[in-house]
Amino acid sequence: MGTFILRRVWVMILTALCLTFIVFFLTNLYPNLEKLAKTQGNVRMSDEQVQTWLETRGYLQPLPVKYGQWLGVLPGWQGVTTDGRAVGQCLEPGRPPEAAPRFCGVLQGDWGNSSVFKEPVWDIVSKRLGLTGKLMFWVMVLMVPSALLLGVLAGMREGSRTDRTLSTFAITTTATPEYVSGVILIAVFASSAVGLKWFKGTATSAMEDATFENFFLPVLTIALYGMGYIARMTRASMAEVMTQQYIRTARLKGVSFPNIVLKHALRNALIAPFTVIMLQFPWLLNGVVIVETLFNYKGFGWTLVQAAGNNDIELLLGVSVVSVFVVLVTQLISDIVYVYLNPRIKVA
Amino acid sequence: MEPLSWGEIVLRILGLLTPVWIGLVATIALSIAFKRRLGLYGKLFDSPIGMVGFGLVMFWVFTAIFGAMDLIVTHDALSQSASMKNEPPGTPYSKLIGDPDPDAYPFYLLGGDNLGRDVFSRVVDGAWIVIQIAPLATLFAFMVGITLGLPAAYYGGRLDTFLSFLANLILAFPVILLFYLLVTPEIVATGIPSYMAAVMFVFPILFATVLLNSRYHTRPSVRTPVLAAVIAVLGWLYLSLISERAGALEVLPSWLDLFDIPGGILVVFVSVVFVNSPTVFRIVRGIAMDIKTRDYVAAAQTRGEGAWYIMLWEILPNARGPLIVDFCLRVGYTTILLGTLGFFGLGLPPESPDWGSTINEGRKLLSIYLHPALPPALALLSLVLGLNLLADGLREESLRD
Repeated sequence: MGTFILRRVWVMILTALCLTFIVFFLTNLYPNLEKLAKTQGNVRMSDEQVQTWLETRGYLQPLPVKYGQWLGVLPGWQGVTTDGRAVGQCLEPGRPPEAAPRFCGVLQGDWGNSSVFKEPVWDIVSKRLGLTGKLMFWVMVLMVPSALLLGVLAGMREGSRTDRTLSTFAITTTATPEYVSGVILIAVFASSAVGLKWFKGTATSAMEDATFENFFLPVLTIALYGMGYIARMTRASMAEVMTQQYIRTARLKGVSFPNIVLKHALRNALIAPFTVIMLQFPWLLNGVVIVETLFNYKGFGWTLVQAAGNNDIELLLGVSVVSVFVVLVTQLISDIVYVYLNPRIKVA
Repeated sequence: MEPLSWGEIVLRILGLLTPVWIGLVATIALSIAFKRRLGLYGKLFDSPIGMVGFGLVMFWVFTAIFGAMDLIVTHDALSQSASMKNEPPGTPYSKLIGDPDPDAYPFYLLGGDNLGRDVFSRVVDGAWIVIQIAPLATLFAFMVGITLGLPAAYYGGRLDTFLSFLANLILAFPVILLFYLLVTPEIVATGIPSYMAAVMFVFPILFATVLLNSRYHTRPSVRTPVLAAVIAVLGWLYLSLISERAGALEVLPSWLDLFDIPGGILVVFVSVVFVNSPTVFRIVRGIAMDIKTRDYVAAAQTRGEGAWYIMLWEILPNARGPLIVDFCLRVGYTTILLGTLGFFGLGLPPESPDWGSTINEGRKLLSIYLHPALPPALALLSLVLGLNLLADGLREESLRD
């Protein structure tokens, strides 16, 4: 088990390095840098001015060097602008350039500054992650129990009318991406023209003070899309377990049907859906971006869209690192837990 | 003129869709009449779920095709009329300046959007965009996934480790982040999507070549002409696909260049294929690992068949059931991805009538006007639902034998 986890962690670190390098490469392409120079410096800069602006700030070094600096394994860049000011990655306003640390990258906890929000990237990311965490927590609270219930109810009597109805419902939710279900839900429950006006169509106020009225629709929108998939997995797994010999034995012994489902079938049927729930995280991240944009909830996904749309390179890098990290860690946990739950899989 | 009532709107829409109904009835009637001779496709008509799914999908396919043939569309999807802004469904067509063309359709059946364009025509035109891109992009993703997944499973070892690592790398990317990184004007300016297209579009040629060569290499008299013809045709298509006038790659002179794909569409296409391929790779690899242990593969190995022959003519045909089912599901997923791209305004031009862009525009005034956003949303929902039901029906029927 120990070597298995070690190997997985090693692959995970390698993946994370590759992915961040790709993101770094794509965000540091010359057209992006040129745009950055023009938004940070002066819109009417000539090509030569852009060149010198980028050069004095160390943007024109070879890519691996820049990546090393950003990561914090190479000494940070220091340069002098044309008007004699010292600029550099590790410099901070109000501190003499001599006192700056040599290394200042992600590994040192220095994620750079957002060029749009004028704040350190880490502050923005942690604040927004908190907001998204709140959203995700309620999504999980709503999605997991209802999906499992749906799947178990449908799978315990395969082919019955309940099964058909619930399965159709599950298929419909998987066929409805968030931007469709969100629009339909707003139209039905929140539109001021027609509709029921039960909930609010935006979740901006839910950032400080989440209530049922302003928070339920975004949570439901994300939960619905993930729900169908988990429910179908649970149904398949439940239906398979229900055909096993030991279930038949239990029935023949005269155990009541609810008892069979709860005591004999449920535990074995929930192994497969559990890993699926964990692997849903990358998917949910997508949903989060869509829903936060749709409902104007300024969380992590909203930040991603802002960073990407405004060419905010360092913020985008920070957001990417965090999202890649979330995805990889959930994969790792799901693998480990799967091995732990399923005695049939033996890992040396 | 009086605005139409809801009943009249429904009747008029049903009437406009007459060619679609004729097409649907003809297809379904013919298929049911000959269903015993049509294999898996014919068996689909034994399952009610599969039939409903097939009906929904074919409805949109016919709508898209007849819409593109100008049999359904009532107004130009891009022309605006200032007096029709946000007008409710069934409003008579009018113009702020001058009189409307007397030949023009007298109503906006599903109302006007925030720029005064006809919502009904935009939904129909949007179907054409989806029906063009989604199945083709999925097919390309399957070519890439199959061409890489089969050897990964068959040979195993280093190759497998390396390819699986690559696939997991791409899968660990949140899709939207990838889209935001790939589908921006800055990235398009560097030509990276064109280079990616150049790499990914090689796979169908590679696939076809290896497929034919492994089958006919014992009979050079058949193989050589067939292969030469296939490579020539596919190669020409490939070159004219990737070479763009005044683009990053200009390989062919313009008189040889068959068609030019508008930059936006190419980028969208490439990124959708790129996102889908690793999943297909994993599925193909999984199935092939399983089939590799069967007796008929061992028999072929004993006969001394080549590795690629076994992969493409022994393993692949036996993997077709799950692959066909996954293809249907994946077309639906691609449709969702295309909608996501449109929703974030990435890739396709902003006035494009595709469903995602239309939903994105409609959502801004959603709390007051429902009619611009709801029809494309329901359209996308019904198409993807149809594809999912179709896949379910196919899975049920293919498991039956």
